[in-house]
Amino acid sequence: MLTAILSLAALALLASFGLAIAARVFAVHVDPKVEEIEEALPGANCGACGLPGCSELAKRIAEGKAEIDACPVGGESVARAIASIMDLSYAGTGGRSVALVMCGGNDQVAAKRFYYNGIYDCTSAALLFGGDKACSYGCLGLRTCAGVCPFGAIDMLPSGLALVNPDVCTGCTKCVSACPKGIIKMVPADRLVHILCSSHDKGGKVRKTCKVGCIGCQRCVKEAPEGAISMDENLAVIDYRLEIPPDVAESCPMNTIVVQGGDVGETVTKVAAGGEE
Amino acid sequence: MPLRSFFGGVHPIYNKELASGAAVEEMPLPKRLVVHFTQNLGAPPEPLVKKGDAVKKGQVIAEARGFVSVPVHAPTSGMVKSVDVFPHPVGTDLPAAVIEPDGSDEWAAECNVERDSTGLDGEAIKQIVFEAGLVGMGGAAFPTHVKLSPPENKPIDLLIINGAECEPYLTADHRLMLERPAGIMEGAMLFARVLNVSETIVAIEKNKPESIEAMRAAAAEREGVRVEALDVVYPQGAEKQLIFTLTRRRVPAGGLPMDVGVLVQNVGTAYAAYEAVRFSRPLIERIVTVTGSGIKQPANLLTRIGTTFQDLITQCGGLVNDTGKVISGGPMMGVAQYSLDASVTKGTSGIVLLRRAEIPQFVSDACIRCGRCVRVCPMTLNPSALSIFIERMDFDQAAEYNANDCIECGCCAYVCPSRRPMVHHFRRAKAELRKAARKAG
Repeated sequence: MLTAILSLAALALLASFGLAIAARVFAVHVDPKVEEIEEALPGANCGACGLPGCSELAKRIAEGKAEIDACPVGGESVARAIASIMDLSYAGTGGRSVALVMCGGNDQVAAKRFYYNGIYDCTSAALLFGGDKACSYGCLGLRTCAGVCPFGAIDMLPSGLALVNPDVCTGCTKCVSACPKGIIKMVPADRLVHILCSSHDKGGKVRKTCKVGCIGCQRCVKEAPEGAISMDENLAVIDYRLEIPPDVAESCPMNTIVVQGGDVGETVTKVAAGGEE
Repeated sequence: MPLRSFFGGVHPIYNKELASGAAVEEMPLPKRLVVHFTQNLGAPPEPLVKKGDAVKKGQVIAEARGFVSVPVHAPTSGMVKSVDVFPHPVGTDLPAAVIEPDGSDEWAAECNVERDSTGLDGEAIKQIVFEAGLVGMGGAAFPTHVKLSPPENKPIDLLIINGAECEPYLTADHRLMLERPAGIMEGAMLFARVLNVSETIVAIEKNKPESIEAMRAAAAEREGVRVEALDVVYPQGAEKQLIFTLTRRRVPAGGLPMDVGVLVQNVGTAYAAYEAVRFSRPLIERIVTVTGSGIKQPANLLTRIGTTFQDLITQCGGLVNDTGKVISGGPMMGVAQYSLDASVTKGTSGIVLLRRAEIPQFVSDACIRCGRCVRVCPMTLNPSALSIFIERMDFDQAAEYNANDCIECGCCAYVCPSRRPMVHHFRRAKAELRKAARKAG
């Protein structure tokens, strides 16, 4: 009995010495900053930064290999938090950006060329003549962007368009690269006036394919402050560095320009109604 | 002895009798030709004409850009009315020249001149083939001169002239073999001379006994040429499957026929080479089968490149009342068209018109893992697993399961009891993998 207790105690003593030595010799030094930064990051592991996950980004930031604002999802607040952990100063970028689907051509206003009965996915649909929409720049509405969004920020409207909820969007840009039509753009979240069209077709063709497409009449260009809206191959494009007064939208004969109210639902109704007053 | 065929394959209803008896007729010159600038796999050629230009028959209207590219020629003399985007039968919208024929059908200088081919060496033939804009006319439209230029470390010892025509409905190659066997044979011999091969096999499926007979007669006095009758199984005419059936050689995954010392050319391409070398005629016309229950008089038409589908249909007596689908190519691999403005390209072997009752609309279900697609896949892939990976958007896994080796023959989709759009899945995966490869640089 006693022998058993003594021998076990001796073994335990020996093993604990072994462990104590191993803990010293094989110690892995973890920078406490890494853990703190990881804590500050959103923790969605979405991969928007281009790295496998938040912990990897935290490591890189702590090592100085990545910028403190490298997380597009966290935005300014996270960057500030990381800056204080790293004892760096952060000037800020001046607001976050959100994704916006640059197409207002829903099923009521945009013509279709054929009946597509294939895989419910925009990339697949685009393989066949670029999709069923008569406009080759139009949103196909088969929820590829909504499928890749890690934050559930994209809704599919019953009218056949994808709509990004700017309050939920974190700006990770996953949908931007997933869209086979390339019509999702990043815009500053605080801007309310948008031109919801991506068509570079000439006016005559646009009129045939879509009731809310930009026909390149340039009325908005004249109406808006100097340089705020410019023409890019038959398409009016907003320079988001400049502010545009909401009444510019009224100059658009096609109702392509929309004013986003504080309420997302309002925009939805406007888009769904096809801009018809 | 019949040759044992490749693994897998299916037996669709061939429906070739609709058009197989119709002798090739020349399609009258239409009022308008829509000639696509992009008619080959590889780099799209550079357009040379603009609105208002006058062109002669055989004149180059788009020149090759890079090695894997061929020029495009005007199919008749006339005026370029406009250059605009038109539906291309492969399933995209691409720029094309609209040519209004002037009716005189006048050849450009140096075209349509008979030439003595006996003294020509391989390089000269290859140059003529390139200048004539030859591409594989079985459908893929891969530039012929590129196929004729294997690297030195990959010697070719066998030439296969592909007259299998395994795709249901289509009879263009059949009629060509039946009516112009001597030209095909001469074209084949030109290819053999370029590659310096002594063995040539003309491969034809057994359901075309008249073609086999015609080609045997044409091959009789030629040395090293034989005609093989093949089992009727789809896709017997697919390059890699054909090579296996005839030689037991397996083209490695991601490889080309030249990796196993074989070159495969379609009978139509061989005939076009004969026309180009002997008569200096560039590739401006081809035989197109217009068939299916949706057309009044199925026919095989010798058609100018650029003839719109609408003109072909009118020539064949028009559509029946309930035609519901127009397919460029055959029903297994062809592409459904949305517009009859689509026009014949070098790779268009036929158009199939089907009635509404023949085109069931269905909703696809989840894979039930029955494994039928695995049993029929002639590339011995696992379509079931692949389609599931792709649905999950796991394209890396799909690449690991060799999604890029899929030949899009459609056997898996043909047998799938869940009616899954398999080929569409694989095409999507290939598109995604191409995109990822581009991104990675």
